[in-house]
Amino acid sequence: MAKVERDTTVTEARLRDFLHDMLLIRRFEEKVEERFRAGELPGFLHVAIGQEAVAVGVCSAMEDGDIFASTHRAHGHTLARGSDPRRVMAELYGKVEGVSHGYGGSMHLYDVARGNFGANAVIGGGLPAVVGAGLAFKLRDEQRVAVAFFGDGATNIGTFHESLNLAQLWKTKTVFVCENNHWAESTPGWQHSPVWDDMSKRALAYDMRSLKVDGQDVEAVYEAALEALEHARSGEGPVFLDVQTYRMHGHYIGDPQVYRTKEDRQDAADHDPIPRLRDRLGLSDEELEAFDEEAHRVVDDALEFAKAATDPKPEDALKNVYA
Amino acid sequence: MPELTYREAVRDGLAAAMRDDDRVFVMGEDIAEMGGSMGVTQGLLDEFGPERVRNTPISEMAIVGAGIGAAMAGMRPVVEIMYEDFLTLSLEQIVNQAAKHRYMSGGQVTVPLTIRTQGGAGWSPGAQHAQQLEAWLVHIPGLKVAFPSTPEDVRGMLWTAIHDDNPVVFFEHRLLYPVKGPVPDELEPIPFGKARVLREGTDVTVIALGPLVHRTLEAAAKAEAEGISVEVIDPRTLQPLDEEALVASVKKTNRAVVAHEAVTRMGFGAEVAAVLQYQAFDYLDAPIERVGAKFAPLAFAPVMEQYVVPHAEDVLAAIKRTVGR
Repeated sequence: MAKVERDTTVTEARLRDFLHDMLLIRRFEEKVEERFRAGELPGFLHVAIGQEAVAVGVCSAMEDGDIFASTHRAHGHTLARGSDPRRVMAELYGKVEGVSHGYGGSMHLYDVARGNFGANAVIGGGLPAVVGAGLAFKLRDEQRVAVAFFGDGATNIGTFHESLNLAQLWKTKTVFVCENNHWAESTPGWQHSPVWDDMSKRALAYDMRSLKVDGQDVEAVYEAALEALEHARSGEGPVFLDVQTYRMHGHYIGDPQVYRTKEDRQDAADHDPIPRLRDRLGLSDEELEAFDEEAHRVVDDALEFAKAATDPKPEDALKNVYA
Repeated sequence: MPELTYREAVRDGLAAAMRDDDRVFVMGEDIAEMGGSMGVTQGLLDEFGPERVRNTPISEMAIVGAGIGAAMAGMRPVVEIMYEDFLTLSLEQIVNQAAKHRYMSGGQVTVPLTIRTQGGAGWSPGAQHAQQLEAWLVHIPGLKVAFPSTPEDVRGMLWTAIHDDNPVVFFEHRLLYPVKGPVPDELEPIPFGKARVLREGTDVTVIALGPLVHRTLEAAAKAEAEGISVEVIDPRTLQPLDEEALVASVKKTNRAVVAHEAVTRMGFGAEVAAVLQYQAFDYLDAPIERVGAKFAPLAFAPVMEQYVVPHAEDVLAAIKRTVGR
């Protein structure tokens, strides 16, 4: 397993950008929880509160032209890659202005212009396509990378293994990002995988380069992602990132988490990536407050936009079935 | 017109599409050096090289899924699933992914993927290598489903499948590969959703798929000797379906038989029968007859296998039942 070399290339300005993005995602998801509990949002939703450093670290390292596939916990990736918060929120309200025009919802956010080729609600369902996209980039000799986000729960499904095998075999331009929050819905890692605390071992079985990363340290995630993307981009083969992170909330909004101890929830809260970054930057309360106010402003604006947005016509349900 | 076997026609169609467009490539199990377990892709590796003719691991989910991703990223992949029984392994990718990306994205992406597969009984492969599962796929909005029965159709329709911006599941039949037939000198694309009338008749319409097209033509010749005039129609694509042509024919003959090798119960013929009874109810002089496999898996012993699958005699018997009423 390769070690990530710490360097000082991450400027303070960039770290401040990371804080901006992480706070935006945090406040966005808190607002989503609030509006869902108020009964305004259809369907069901999953937030990634506690995992913001993974989304921001990886997505900030990606370049224009890179693509990614996300999961049912997709708000963070989508916002971190630059999708308009207004259009993301509008999608959660099922509006025409939404990133998927109301056809997708929280679990199926797409924004092709921003490289988002789809959030997938089938665990592991998006992985083979990321291999195929990475193959296309390789066949056309393009300097692009396809990134797959998935959780530790996905490492037990067949598509995961078939995808890693094929990607390494063909050296596709692919990066696998395992957001290892140690929960597969309500089942803890130790109950679902013999290598739950080090998923990079899964990659070793396929002779794939792998890195274990502290997912609560956005700087570390960013640096590891940069290295992984560069490796894949150069055509040397895919890279697997085991990003150790914490899910501070339940599997879905409203999950009573009866399966989880108070100590475990406290442990997750103690690993919140946002205070950690604030300490890294040495920000005063006032400085942090300024970031926070901006995040709230953007989220409130997104909410206002989404609520005023257009409902699809019922018969539009028959559009987009075929190209 | 030159003659090609069905197998050669598929190969010819693939090669033509690959020569025409660099975005087209093929991948599947044993398709390169070996040329595919049915010999369909023989010679493609020599002409197009290993980048575009890719042997895969035995990984049906990844084969289809990688095809989906490559298609979404701008390629026009053709993936081969060696036996349609093995489609079951990749159904998640076909049903939840390929069929739905365009829809879930609100029209932002297209998945121009062709999934070739083959099946069919008649050579005692047993219960896991000969099923006919086309009806499963027709049930999924977002997929197109083709099942050509002749060399000319298989070549022209494969071209259309590859150039369609939607995922197409393309069924071939094991027993049709050696069947010879005329093809145009130059490849002519055959549009989807257009049925072909293979034989005109006035007493009864038989709507048949794949190998049953040939068994029906045999039955129709025998029926003619007994004074029954049979019209034989091959829908060629199950989705889209040329309802207009089927209904028009039945309005003319007033009797209908649907025939396929798949199990009769919940088979594609049930859907055709429903379309016909609704759109041609006042024209029907007899109940619509269905011909298909009996409700059992396919046994190994040839006598049992042959008992289960439908033959020309079964089609002939169905024709006589409708005409006798």
